[in-house]
Amino acid sequence: MVSKLDNLFDSHSEALKLRSYRQQLLASNIANADTPNYKAVDIDFGSELKRMMAGAGGAVQPATTNPRHLAGTNANPFGAQILYRTDVQGNIDGNTVNMDMERAQFAENALRYEAGLHVLNTEIKHILAAIRTQ
Amino acid sequence: MSLFNVFNIASSALTAQSQRLNVVASNMANADSATSVNGGPYRAKQVVFQAIPMGTASVTQGAGVVVREVVDDPSPLRKVYDPKHPAADKDGYVSYPNVNVVDEMVNMISASRSYQNNVDVMSTAKSMITKLLALGQ
Repeated sequence: MVSKLDNLFDSHSEALKLRSYRQQLLASNIANADTPNYKAVDIDFGSELKRMMAGAGGAVQPATTNPRHLAGTNANPFGAQILYRTDVQGNIDGNTVNMDMERAQFAENALRYEAGLHVLNTEIKHILAAIRTQ
Repeated sequence: MSLFNVFNIASSALTAQSQRLNVVASNMANADSATSVNGGPYRAKQVVFQAIPMGTASVTQGAGVVVREVVDDPSPLRKVYDPKHPAADKDGYVSYPNVNVVDEMVNMISASRSYQNNVDVMSTAKSMITKLLALGQ
């Protein structure tokens, strides 16, 4: 039973994790809107989620085939591929943050995160209703 | 949890932007200071922002921002002919600070907008976390 519950919640929790990770990247774009030579970053949410659902989630670790190899650390929690934005209007200081788009993406990501929470919440309510005797 | 990192990133930007505003205030206040503690006229200051990766040395955890240094504006000083001024040179010219008030106003508005943006980022992250905490209730 517990594993069934896990299966039910898993897809939503993966999506929420990836959403909050993307939120962090977008926040760093907004924070660095005035930093010279900062390049705006983002992830391709759809393909990253597909990859995670296919079970390829988790940080990519370098293979250690020799005892003297160092166990590399990959700080990227999901092994997501960080992409750089192509700038629409180049900035003279080399910064590629387009504030209008970043704000829009940030708001959209927050909304979709909350939508995900809402769906998860509804499922929890359904299960509770099934568990409770009337 | 990565959402809490949003707070760190946004707060680093708030600190940096308020430091920039501080420098703007200093420049505006001293736009006509012909003398300063180190003898010569006041020189306009500018902040230099730098992106700092959170956690490790890559952008995978997002990047905050920090003021790397405050530099003196190298542009030439403003010369005004005023032989009666105590700081006048032998030709009767007084060196005034190289503060461009228009530039400073633009800087101020830009700093204030960036500050507001980051406050909005924080409040969005806060509402996301609040909703997350209310999950299942």
